[in-house]
Amino acid sequence: MSEHYSSQLDKRSLTVSVSQKHQQWRLLKDKITAYGVTVGGLSIILAIVLIFFYLLYVVFPLLLPAQAKPLANYPLPAAESGASLWLSMEEQNEIGVRFTNSGQAVFFKTEDGGVISTVKLPIPETTAISGFGRASQDSGEIGYGLSDGRALLAKLSYKSNYVGNKRSIAPSLEYPMGVTPLALDPKQQAISLISFKIGEKAAAILIKTADNRILLTGLSQKQSMLDEDAAWDSSIAELDASGQEVDYLLLDKQQRNAYLLSKQGDLAVFDINDKTRPLLKHKLDLTPPGVSVTSVEFLNGDISLLVGDSQGELAQWSIVRNELNQFSVEKMRAFKTGDAPVVAISPEQRRKGVVTVNGDGRFSIYNTTAEREAIREQLKTPAVLAAISPRANAMLLQSADGRIDYWSVDNDHPEVSFSSLWGKVWYESYPKPAYIWQSSSASNDFEPKMSLIPLVFGTIKASFYAMLVAIPLSLLGAIYTGYFMAPHIRQYVKPGIEIMGALPTVILGFLAGLWLAPFIEQHLTGIFLLLLINPLGIILFALIWSQLPESFRQRLPDGWDSLILIPVILLSSWLAFQFSPELENILFQGDLRTWLNNVLGLSYDQRNTLVVALAMGFAVIPMIFSIAEDAIFSVPKHLTIGSLALGATPWQTMINIVLLTASPGIFSAIMIGFGRAVGETMIVLMATGNTPIMDLSIFQGLRTLSANIAVEMPESEVNSTHYRVLFFAALVLFMFTFVINTLAEIVRQNLRQKYSSL
Amino acid sequence: MIKEWFKSGAPWVWMTAGAVSVNLILVIGLLLLIATRGLGHFWPADLVEYQYHDNEHPETVIIGEEVGESLQPAAQARAAGHEVPDGAEYLLQHLVKTGNRDILGSDFRWIQDQYIVRKSETADLIVIERREWGNFYGRLLAVKDNGATIAEGEAAWGVAQEKLKDALALRNQIDKLQNGEIGAINYNLERLRLKQRALELKNAWNEEYSQQFAAKKQEYQTQYQAAQQKIGDLTLQLKQCSLSVADANQKRILIPLGRVVKLTRPNQMSVLDKAQDYMSNFVRFVTDDPREANTEGGIFPAIFGTVLMVMLMAIVVTPFGVVAAVYLREYAKQGLITRIIRISVNNLAGVPSIVYGVFGLGFFVYIIGGGIDKLFFPEAAPAPVFGTPGLLWASLTLALLTLPVVIVATEEGLSRIPKSIREGSLALGATKAETLWLTVLPMASPAIMTGLILAVARAAGEVAPLMLVGVVKLAPTLPLDGNFPYLHLDRKFMHLGFHIYDVGFQSPNVEAARPLVYATSLLLVLVIVGLNMFAIAIRNNLRERYRALEN
Repeated sequence: MSEHYSSQLDKRSLTVSVSQKHQQWRLLKDKITAYGVTVGGLSIILAIVLIFFYLLYVVFPLLLPAQAKPLANYPLPAAESGASLWLSMEEQNEIGVRFTNSGQAVFFKTEDGGVISTVKLPIPETTAISGFGRASQDSGEIGYGLSDGRALLAKLSYKSNYVGNKRSIAPSLEYPMGVTPLALDPKQQAISLISFKIGEKAAAILIKTADNRILLTGLSQKQSMLDEDAAWDSSIAELDASGQEVDYLLLDKQQRNAYLLSKQGDLAVFDINDKTRPLLKHKLDLTPPGVSVTSVEFLNGDISLLVGDSQGELAQWSIVRNELNQFSVEKMRAFKTGDAPVVAISPEQRRKGVVTVNGDGRFSIYNTTAEREAIREQLKTPAVLAAISPRANAMLLQSADGRIDYWSVDNDHPEVSFSSLWGKVWYESYPKPAYIWQSSSASNDFEPKMSLIPLVFGTIKASFYAMLVAIPLSLLGAIYTGYFMAPHIRQYVKPGIEIMGALPTVILGFLAGLWLAPFIEQHLTGIFLLLLINPLGIILFALIWSQLPESFRQRLPDGWDSLILIPVILLSSWLAFQFSPELENILFQGDLRTWLNNVLGLSYDQRNTLVVALAMGFAVIPMIFSIAEDAIFSVPKHLTIGSLALGATPWQTMINIVLLTASPGIFSAIMIGFGRAVGETMIVLMATGNTPIMDLSIFQGLRTLSANIAVEMPESEVNSTHYRVLFFAALVLFMFTFVINTLAEIVRQNLRQKYSSL
Repeated sequence: MIKEWFKSGAPWVWMTAGAVSVNLILVIGLLLLIATRGLGHFWPADLVEYQYHDNEHPETVIIGEEVGESLQPAAQARAAGHEVPDGAEYLLQHLVKTGNRDILGSDFRWIQDQYIVRKSETADLIVIERREWGNFYGRLLAVKDNGATIAEGEAAWGVAQEKLKDALALRNQIDKLQNGEIGAINYNLERLRLKQRALELKNAWNEEYSQQFAAKKQEYQTQYQAAQQKIGDLTLQLKQCSLSVADANQKRILIPLGRVVKLTRPNQMSVLDKAQDYMSNFVRFVTDDPREANTEGGIFPAIFGTVLMVMLMAIVVTPFGVVAAVYLREYAKQGLITRIIRISVNNLAGVPSIVYGVFGLGFFVYIIGGGIDKLFFPEAAPAPVFGTPGLLWASLTLALLTLPVVIVATEEGLSRIPKSIREGSLALGATKAETLWLTVLPMASPAIMTGLILAVARAAGEVAPLMLVGVVKLAPTLPLDGNFPYLHLDRKFMHLGFHIYDVGFQSPNVEAARPLVYATSLLLVLVIVGLNMFAIAIRNNLRERYRALEN
């Protein structure tokens, strides 16, 4: 403002100065200060921009598309050992393995295909290999079916050795059921298909024999273990799948269901909880006529089947329990992978993802939860086998012409898509698509449910009800304090209410959770009665007051109305609580909570939205009150005096002049209050049960975005999808409050200009 | 006439007045609620002995403090298996703090008024505050020294008090050794290990260092053993004496004096004694360490952590806030830029505090902290030094959060300084910087002070962001101690607000801890309301002064 002045002064002061140098130094200091202060001032903008961009920076990888890059292409390692039946990789992506149709395991380096070792499985000379199968993708267990009705089961094992800081991994094979093949068919027919699962206490092996019988062998560990090989009790049962071909056998991890599937798409599901008596539970056709099944695998967790068909569709089928507790096999979703048949499927081992390979050389990576295609690439020659690594960051593809492609995959956050964050998702084991937030669990098979809708719903619900409490109290209070109240009382009342805003929310939350919640639970009727009785009491008192003789009324100094109302309100509140039990007896059969439950079907949670609304309303009141009161108080006096002079009553002046003029200020007060309620953390954290449910009832708990961050952030792994989604929740909060606050501030700035021009 | 009265709008004016009253009642009611609950915590309550006889059990004796009573609706009482007299709608029941958690399993018990046969307040009932298992209520039988009874009956009381004094002194010595000497030795050993690792990383580790370090290590080991020896001796001494006491039902137990914190006979105390006891309880609450998963004992580390964090925050926030305010008022041309800055300030004030926590965790802790670790503390890897939530990051996060408070208050102060003063200074030949430094800022200093106090009050009560950037439920060491470099910015700390949340909601024994939470809340509220009042007072005073200047 005095730029002009100071420069003139500076010039003059130069001439009267003692020493030239000193003067220069002074000017320099002046300049430096000016720059420093400017930088400091602008850094405020920088701070807010930094927060925004940092949050965005963490969230950004969620939006990046996944990528796959070919790293190497080499001929089939040890091609002389036979054709590959199955490919697999170990954790560090250093070693690949292929099992061949001659009963050998070829371990090779993934980067160049160099053979590390070839292990010949101990298959007796007298028999031939007639079938091949395996357990879960992640267990690394495979089985060869033999021509005499026996099977040999093997398991991949990798041991890491450290020499200095260098790691070397030694691959080997183990035989969980012993090196001698297990006899599975009493009739000693050749085994053409085999599928099995080995659990800690029990194992199950499902085979198809050459004469088309399906046999289930159940093995359970004996209590006393003297000899490891003989430590299993076994049982054999036949699954009756008459009426359909069986081309695929699958057995889930929990050893509860066996799936028999034909190329025509006929599926039979057997309940094998009792392995001696398998029960046929479901039977249906998965594909339309003319379309055949070309590949099938379990999705990680063994709850859903991924079925690829000849028209290039990949469908997720799962046993679903509906609300009536009936089970059925349902198609949860399908992806169109291309027009050529799906020839191979390789599910990811720790996420609900899957790689599919089409007959025309296309491969794609999908995530079922997010329902999105992360990667689609075209190979020069079509692949026939695929293996994705345990960490899902690399894969091996074997092409039809006997070469191996080694790809790296960069697909960190496949679970996140617009639909998985904001839409209804049909999760495994759920009857239908739903909005659910359930972000983590200890198990690898867990399907993260990261719908933000329940949290946003909770946030809006909590702040809506809080505003319902806060707006009337704060605005009416602001109207009175800003316009009717005597100045000498106002000077105490205003800071008195404003000091409420300084109270730490942790204390409000604590009182809400441990004092208010039980109080409301006991006095629910009383609380609702307050809403009715208090206004009535005030009006009644005012009416009586207005009838009192003038001389008596004038004894009360101006603007003291609100103070004499305090006893009135206390009295009417006391009455409300006093008579609530009677009322409860008459209207609600003695107890409002049971009445609500029985008649309206509303269940009552102790820490519910009502408690939050009262506590958070209390926290927001001072903020709205303070800004609205300022706006009302600074309405130019000549406007109101003019109105009163023209004969309007004070109330008419208030409504028609003051409120109208101050309305932008009141609007911005409400906005800022709303912004505060949306971001409030401690109160909702302590006063609700933090259950992310979507229920409009005020007697139910909720979980807000902010409380969710406070609860889950300390436990989330840095840079995991969960971590980034929590940052995204923070970004949503930031953006929301940013818009509200900016709007409110612009409105206020304009209002200030308007006032000053009046 | 009533119709007219309604038409005039007078009832609505009364309604608005009513809203103000409701707001005032809420504020005052809330403060009173916290005050009564919090202050009651320290008052030594009388002990009551009940002869109790209910349907299921033979006559028993219950000793305890009566904490509360409530009316149980008849239906509920019947469901709980109590007899309800005809026509009675409610049954009176009392909540008694029975203590003796080691014997009874819980601290509290509801008893039915109708089953109380007799109620008395005998003088010889004692309360023993213990280090474990909460309070003991009962009678003192004897004092034993090495198993031999040294005092019995009436004489026991005096002897017990004397012995307790000795025991507490011993305990004090042990604690001092434990936290002081042993703590220092462990700290030095750890530093030695880190130094060695640093040298190894630089490939400068050689025979000479090796010997030097081994000698130092040896020295610390000997010191350690000596200290341990001392502690062992003291502990042995401490274990010698014990109190033989009987609970309500004459079950005798021995309580070693080393486990006793305090021994009182509240029923024999006069009001004056109780007042004295009240004061000492309060002092212990403020100065002691917490015990039993924070549900008992004092809150000293939480107070210390809060104060230290707030001070560090103040050091950071003041210069930034003042510079920004000075820019807005003194340097910037009022226009688009200042409008944007004002919007930014308001946004900084409006961004939810938890978002600051998220930002602090990601940016300060992981990016800056992680970077510092890589550059300056490679020897500590893989354990993080600054790359983990701690005091420094908590202070910085809160400094960012409270920046708008300082800016707004300072700006208000600057805007009230009359133009004439600046012009006077410039007219006398001072540069703008000199005017600022020598006249404007000194005059605005009370306003800056106000801003700072408000910022401190805000920071002291903020919990949500701290949960992410450095607060823990129990910090093993204070962030300020006698070991170089004395102020440990990387350490985690305790905080009053978080203490309330933690003890009130996460502790295993919420019912027993509740009075303590109220007391902590009261302390926090007092500090914050006090700070706010102080700030308001300064501001009002300032306004008066400027008004005087302008005339």
